[in-house]
Amino acid sequence: MAKSFFQKLLKKLKAVGLFSSKSHVKLGLYGPPNGGKSTLANRISIDWLGEEMSSISHIAHETREITIKEQVAIKNKKGKEITFSLVDTPGISTRIDYEDFLKKGMKRSEAKRRAKEATKGVIDAIKWLDEMDSVVVVLDSTKDPYSQVNITIIGNLQARDIPVLIVANKVDLKKSNIELIKAAFPQYEVFPISAKYGRNIEEFYEKLVEFAR
Amino acid sequence: MVTFQFVPFQEVQTLSSTLRVNKLLNIVKDDKIVIMEGRLRKQEEADLIEITMQEISSSFSGIELSVIDPEMKGLDGVQKFKQGVANILLGDRQGLTIIGPANVVKRIVNNPDKIELFTKEAKKIKPKSAKRKKARKKRR
Repeated sequence: MAKSFFQKLLKKLKAVGLFSSKSHVKLGLYGPPNGGKSTLANRISIDWLGEEMSSISHIAHETREITIKEQVAIKNKKGKEITFSLVDTPGISTRIDYEDFLKKGMKRSEAKRRAKEATKGVIDAIKWLDEMDSVVVVLDSTKDPYSQVNITIIGNLQARDIPVLIVANKVDLKKSNIELIKAAFPQYEVFPISAKYGRNIEEFYEKLVEFAR
Repeated sequence: MVTFQFVPFQEVQTLSSTLRVNKLLNIVKDDKIVIMEGRLRKQEEADLIEITMQEISSSFSGIELSVIDPEMKGLDGVQKFKQGVANILLGDRQGLTIIGPANVVKRIVNNPDKIELFTKEAKKIKPKSAKRKKARKKRR
């Protein structure tokens, strides 16, 4: 109890600017499945370390385990550098049906295994919320942002005083609607990017160094 | 047939977070759609997702969840003040929480102005006579 009180107090002090010059930050990528978290993780990892970190797929729940890349040093144009532990998390969802994977052409046994691993992945992602210093919430800008999963993720981060940056991903697609995400979460800055094609990615890195603490 | 079960706030008010979440989930697992007066706390929403994931099996594929919150948008100063006072007095009692089993509820669309609940369509079973007619046509 005393420990959690001091943890909360420390986070509050960080939030008002004290101890804000932290040079190593645990940065979590959170969001619903297929929003592009792993694509963004790969983009960051390739740009700053020269190697990929996660496998990606059009089938949901490709990332079913927490993946961490240590020592990702990102520098902005002013020369400020922050070293991140980049944490790619499984997509958070309220439903996982193995039959959805069958429809994607998987064998029954494979689909059942994937569903089981995916449920464990969601549990792990939620448990890891407390471990994060800062979080980038990756949303698919072609999808309806008013989903309760998005609201629950962001609400839980807010309740824990964890800084949040919302990324509106997939802006290269015609159906992309950044304004809808801005309207859904007016209290947060929404940053449009295409992780796949690297659109706006330099500006994203500038923002990341500025916001992370 | 879709069954809705209303859960008044008094029914869950005094329960611990774990009991509250389990109570709601047990109703949903009976293939009923819960309409709860008020809303869960943020941590309880996360707990609900976590426990749902632990319960997933071949017969239970999860939940659809939506919370309707009283909006401050579009209110004038006095109305905002009144809403703020109501928030302090009523706390989690305000709003409405809808939780449905994923095998019954396809999705819940919660736009700011309306809430739409889409249920899964029941599979149409063709009568045997229609199947026979189709087979006869094929033979011809």
